[in-house]
Amino acid sequence: MRLEDAPPRRRITLTVDDREVTVAEGSTLLDALKQLAVDTPTLCWAENLTPVNVCRVCVVELEGARTLVPSCSRKAEAGMKIRTDSERVRTSRRTVLELLASTVDTSAAASLQAFSARYGADPQRYGAQGAPHGPRDAARPGHHAVTSGAEAEGVAQPVKVDNDLYVRDYAKCILCFKCVEACGTDAQATFAIAVAGRGFEARISTEFDVALPESACVYCGNCVGVCPTGALMFTQEHSLRAEGQWRPEAQHETDTVCPYCGVGCVLRLHVQDDTIVKVSSPVESTVTHGNLCVKGRFGFGHVVKLRRNKREAVG
Amino acid sequence: MVLWGSNAREAHPIFFHHVLKAIRRGAKLVVVDPRRTASAAWADTWLSVKIGADIALANAMAHTLIAEGLYDKAFVEAACEGFEALKAHLAGYSPEAMAPVCGVDAETIRQVARRYAQADRAMICWTLGITEHHNAVDNVLSLINLGLLTGHVGRWGSGLNPLRGQNNVQGGGDMGALPHKLPGFQDVEDPVVRARYEALWGASIPAKKGMTLTEMFEAMGVGALKGLYVLGENPAQSEADGGHAQARLKKLDFMVVQDIVFTKTAEMADVVLPARAAWCESEGTVTNSERRVQRVRRALTGPEGARDDLEILGALAARLGHPLGPLTAEALWDEMRTHSPMHHGMSYARLEAEGGLQWPCPDDAHPGTPFLHGRLWERPLRSPRARLSITHDAPPVEALTPEYPWRLTTGRRLDAYNTGVQTGPLRSPLWRETTVDMHPDDAAGAGFADRTPVTVRSRRGAVVAPVRYDPSLPRGVVFMTFHDPDAVDTNTLTIDVTDPRSGTAEFKAAAVAIAALSHSDAAE
Repeated sequence: MRLEDAPPRRRITLTVDDREVTVAEGSTLLDALKQLAVDTPTLCWAENLTPVNVCRVCVVELEGARTLVPSCSRKAEAGMKIRTDSERVRTSRRTVLELLASTVDTSAAASLQAFSARYGADPQRYGAQGAPHGPRDAARPGHHAVTSGAEAEGVAQPVKVDNDLYVRDYAKCILCFKCVEACGTDAQATFAIAVAGRGFEARISTEFDVALPESACVYCGNCVGVCPTGALMFTQEHSLRAEGQWRPEAQHETDTVCPYCGVGCVLRLHVQDDTIVKVSSPVESTVTHGNLCVKGRFGFGHVVKLRRNKREAVG
Repeated sequence: MVLWGSNAREAHPIFFHHVLKAIRRGAKLVVVDPRRTASAAWADTWLSVKIGADIALANAMAHTLIAEGLYDKAFVEAACEGFEALKAHLAGYSPEAMAPVCGVDAETIRQVARRYAQADRAMICWTLGITEHHNAVDNVLSLINLGLLTGHVGRWGSGLNPLRGQNNVQGGGDMGALPHKLPGFQDVEDPVVRARYEALWGASIPAKKGMTLTEMFEAMGVGALKGLYVLGENPAQSEADGGHAQARLKKLDFMVVQDIVFTKTAEMADVVLPARAAWCESEGTVTNSERRVQRVRRALTGPEGARDDLEILGALAARLGHPLGPLTAEALWDEMRTHSPMHHGMSYARLEAEGGLQWPCPDDAHPGTPFLHGRLWERPLRSPRARLSITHDAPPVEALTPEYPWRLTTGRRLDAYNTGVQTGPLRSPLWRETTVDMHPDDAAGAGFADRTPVTVRSRRGAVVAPVRYDPSLPRGVVFMTFHDPDAVDTNTLTIDVTDPRSGTAEFKAAAVAIAALSHSDAAE
């Protein structure tokens, strides 16, 4: 709907940390916090996805409410009084981050690490991360083994490398659900992945845990684009990291337009050593909303360094 | 939303994301395509039109709109012309009469026509399934009739949209890379326009329009065109009737190819000018399907020895005795927009700040134009009426015969692009070799097991490829892609009969014979 066709929205005023803020009706608390430039941690939220409020790091205190509320999905209401940095909020956010980091490999999760530092999270207080009980993909609902409690139970499992374009390392997965949304109803509508299992054994999987080439996956990479922890990673980045050659500080980003069909998707080229090492798209692009297809995301092989006089050189 | 002759789910995937959003909000999708494509899988209604019978279907819909009084009488009276003639012409296009021609039953034709007419907003989008036919222009005109009759034009959320197949095919036309236009679609045969550009450029411009690509190839065939300068195109593999096209290229006295990779066409050239990739090794703009001009930027140095297109053309102009001085993309753009009214307001600064702008954008304060033809809703109408067109159903040029009994049509797959020059290096897990896709009953009836190698032969040439069973195809139709011409040169089979007005060849309909692989074929 065009802006001028949209019904006018009422403006409502609420209070955040003793400051008044006015937003359009239908806005979330997070929208209001952004308007006030209150830096709020999020993991499962993304501008181009429907909020699922599963990670709980964005919680805030709402006066009169029994529990903390997730700011990413709770709609703003007139007269609300919000606290974003109370002891209760800080404790809750810290605990969530500690639980995640005690269970999951967060080594490639830059934002989660930054939030942990901000809130002084100490995942070690749950003990060292223990080994998982057998292959997680074989876990059956309700068959969770009881542990000694001496160590923190982990979700480690081998890295899944079953195609040339991206790698799945679910030891790094915090089950934020973004990839499922991007693959499903929020962007791609391919539905190649979903949550399998229940409780602690819940994990992201293809149907019957088949390898990606046997799944419905069409390699748009939009799941990788939204992953906040590096559980999903483009093969090129994964390889460079393994070689110790992934150097974000030596990379620059340039926005251009995809060379393929006439839709005109904005490509953000991540370049290191004069070579494209990753392709994304800015979420604010009205053409892409941050999403791409397999050609735009991966189809830059014709300009890699080896490209020269013969096509065979890059084959 | 009607997708007509378009498999946007695979060919325009991110456009289709927007369609999917609309579907989730309750929009209805009708897909008109002989194949039950990945796009058709999302449709409320899929019309498996017979190949080349689009006018029969569209005219039967238009007949229904008029016969049932569903057309927008006020709009047609106020803003269109030619209604009475169209009405009389369409008398012979009843759904009953057209059902056997187009392969869609009469009641379905009526229902789709009613839903299209009664929708609050409705849009028809098409691609090459409409335009790669010998009567491409009539195909488009028959769809325009539907939009005009119902008033689904010139309003937000409605309209008639060709989905552009290449990232700057729109921009190329906008900039005057057409034989009859100067930038901004200004007519080259208009002396006033020409005089302005001659003064600007200090050179004379031919007073007559040039040749289309198709006309150039015809001229090569008769020896009237002896030299060719090819920029960023691979006609040796992309032209219909590829064998014929290559023979014509070989007759040239001199050919220059300027490209970012060493294509099949480059192999035939006298001089090859290695260029930088326009989309990531150069500065400039491209224009997408929604007329949005967006910036492309240089992210990579580019290979040693390769030069920017501008630099090459500038150097060439200097050698030809017309030095242009140092050229930058922005300076050229500013010159262009000074003289093209529809681009006036599009400075680089605005394009960058506003995420691109849609033309027309006549001045610095203009926000750009999200949809065209709003003028048709001005009352009283202050501009020319929109013309309703008389179009005649005409089957594909190459009829099926006992000798060539199968209807070959071609198209794209998701993970590949045209002749594969750019997507060749993409290590896609979805990649499949080129196959001869047939309905399983057709293939089994002809005695071909799945994956049997066969020879596909048209009047122009033959290729060898394995059969692939594909139940999404209608009976009698064979589908092939053209993405891997080094292995299977599908365009050897296609027919280069073209629409005289658009110059586009009938890639979508050839007649072929299919036979089990003989020993002599295998030895080739």
